[in-house]
Amino acid sequence: MLSLSNLSVTFTQYDRGLRRKQLRVITDLNLDVQAGEVVAVVGASGSGKSLLAHALLGILPQNAVMSGTMTFQGEPLTPHRCRLLRGKAIVLIPQSVGYLDPLMTVGPQVQRVAQLTGRTKAAAKTAVKKTFTRYGLPAKTFDLYPFQLSGGMARRVLVSTAVVTPAQLVIADEPTPGLHPDVVSETLTHLRELADAGRGVILITHDIAAALKIADRVAVFYAGTTVEIAAGRDFFTGKLRHPYTQALWRSLPQNEFLPVPGNQPNLEQLPQGCLFKDRCPWVDDLCREERPALRELNDGWVRCFHAEG
Amino acid sequence: MLKGDSLWFRYGPQLPWTVQNISLAVAPGEVLGIMAPSGYGKTTIGKLLSGYLPAIKGAVSVNGRSLPQKGYCPVQLVFQNPELAVNPRWRIRQILQEGGKLNLAQLAAFGIHPNWLSRYPHELSGGELQRVAISRILNSATRYIIADEMTAMLDANTQALIWQIVLDFVKKQQIGLVAISHEQRLLERLCDRILNL
Amino acid sequence: MTSTIDPAVNLEAKTSSSLQQNPSRTSRRSRTLAAIVLGTLFLGAIIFSPWILGESGLSTVLTQRNQPPTWSHPFGTDWLGRDMLMRSLHGLSLSLRIGLLAASISAFIGTSLGLAAGTFGGWVDAVIIWIVDVFFSLPHLVLLILIAFSVGGGTRGVIIAVALTHWTNLARIIRAEVLQVNSADYIHLSRQFGKSSLWIARHHMMPHIVPQLIVGLILLFPHAILHEAALSFIGIGLSPHLPAVGIILAESMRHLSTGYWWLGVMPGLLLLLSVKAFDWVGENLRILLAPKTSQE
Repeated sequence: MLSLSNLSVTFTQYDRGLRRKQLRVITDLNLDVQAGEVVAVVGASGSGKSLLAHALLGILPQNAVMSGTMTFQGEPLTPHRCRLLRGKAIVLIPQSVGYLDPLMTVGPQVQRVAQLTGRTKAAAKTAVKKTFTRYGLPAKTFDLYPFQLSGGMARRVLVSTAVVTPAQLVIADEPTPGLHPDVVSETLTHLRELADAGRGVILITHDIAAALKIADRVAVFYAGTTVEIAAGRDFFTGKLRHPYTQALWRSLPQNEFLPVPGNQPNLEQLPQGCLFKDRCPWVDDLCREERPALRELNDGWVRCFHAEG
Repeated sequence: MLKGDSLWFRYGPQLPWTVQNISLAVAPGEVLGIMAPSGYGKTTIGKLLSGYLPAIKGAVSVNGRSLPQKGYCPVQLVFQNPELAVNPRWRIRQILQEGGKLNLAQLAAFGIHPNWLSRYPHELSGGELQRVAISRILNSATRYIIADEMTAMLDANTQALIWQIVLDFVKKQQIGLVAISHEQRLLERLCDRILNL
Repeated sequence: MTSTIDPAVNLEAKTSSSLQQNPSRTSRRSRTLAAIVLGTLFLGAIIFSPWILGESGLSTVLTQRNQPPTWSHPFGTDWLGRDMLMRSLHGLSLSLRIGLLAASISAFIGTSLGLAAGTFGGWVDAVIIWIVDVFFSLPHLVLLILIAFSVGGGTRGVIIAVALTHWTNLARIIRAEVLQVNSADYIHLSRQFGKSSLWIARHHMMPHIVPQLIVGLILLFPHAILHEAALSFIGIGLSPHLPAVGIILAESMRHLSTGYWWLGVMPGLLLLLSVKAFDWVGENLRILLAPKTSQE
């Protein structure tokens, strides 16, 4: 349904005075999403996760330059088409109620989302009420202001904004941090249900443990590139391909809690060769010279010369 | 010893109590975990212990004396969102210097690149900025650290990396640490003792 | 290609439909800087024009009365044969200087009251907010006329009237900024580091207030200048023998009906242009001073 290949995004920023620098925030990114699946995008902050969402919605800032290919349902996704599709075929579930209008009750706001996709006012209102009921929100929720919602209710309202649209692709950007564990698992269940109803879901998160509860596949981002695309079960069966994914998994508190030292490379001067070479235990001369391409391995994808099944 | 003695707090005279009769103590070099469901006033407890908010009833003391009104507070607080803990119009160098003199060796150990010093906060990622925020309180005047969901916004690797350095510093300098989190397994990794509120 | 995802193959197949490329843009920051420099030069030239150009063209030449704009007199001449360009420049220069003075006093009042309201809070805040509300609830021009009239009119009257009526917006902006910064976590943390209130005001507050102040001040100028012109136009401002732009416009009213359109249109256009120039400089300065927008 959605396919990104060799997507790159560069920001032009000012240094001092009029001197400019180039920030390569996304480098050769590849990602596919099929209808009916949840693809989790995990990585550190600064790995380009959120920028991916911005690119798909066509809301990158003015100083960004994009290259590569994005196709959605077989047709190229140009910035113009992004604008036409966003809110209709591609929707974002915002991170918090901070994204809603604080001076307007939530019912009409969600209703407006439904109306924008072409429903009549009455149909939109019915759809919103039905969705609220389905998520166990009391009828009076329709007339509450965003600040009156509890954490759990807020999540359900935000998920509703996606449900009332016919969108085929739903992007959830960091839906879980700071929430009570019960609310987290409830939110994840709702995302899973969206996928089971035939939509494609991109779950952007830094919380790999949460992502693994519902994701069919996990794309691991590092320094703006896809280093691995693995099936969810690969994490539990020890089939992980890339050293960074292995490190992420090992560093969970419930596993070994052992990190790899170091930082992501400076986006102003990306190194020659593999972007992970400074922190990699397998590094050799080939990695220092040449940047590996994404290749297929054991029903998954990996960007590493030395990964073996 | 950092002690909170039957602390009570609410945000207004008409509002329900956010913190009710909480007592706890941390010794130098000890790591204490506070685990509670959300809405239980974990964040408020952290603010009371560091003198960020005054307790309405009860008292906070360090070695038997109340927290100083002036000068560097021996109890320092680290928040979940580093973006809010730094002035957006300051450069990183100035932010680091607010806590004391720049310690280049420590910055290097913390993975803070010298390049960052001339940047603005919005030019760093969340994990990078959190390291800056933590690094500025890791100095000899700090005796106790309250870490309120300090790594909840960070990926697993960065989380483990930051805690490794902080725990190392805390043990070496005999600093008392209170880690507030909703993540049971993280606290089990970090703490000598966990308080379930 | 199997039914599963195949990014590597897709990338070969779809390269033809590559994304729209942002054309290499002229540097945004250079354009912003150029706008500021150009606007400032233009306004500076107007303000200092009387000293640069001297008194030439201001004397009466009865043989050249009421001439429409030509190359030798781009703004035409008036009923005494004086060059309208010279008169407009002299008038605008005077108006700009009076406007600048009034706006500066106004900005000073606004900043002081805004800082006081935001810092002290409580009844100080309540009183200042009340005064601001009173000013907002009265029609601007009526208030201007009342004040100018009650202090005796003239240049002094205009300056006092404009200064006393234009500070409210800036006071509100500064107060909001102070309240916002004061409640920020980094201010609380600064206290934890043992910093004094004075230190915090100087190091944390100033970098937020000063850009607001500069931009606010510059955006005040056009208002002050227009209102100064308006007061003079209706005759309770500067005395009629001063060549202020409001006076020139008032005089031209008498001649408009006789077809001498340039007497009103040309000085009016110049006034409009200089007011827009202030606006332009202010907006561009705002973009440059905010760390986030300065990157775009």
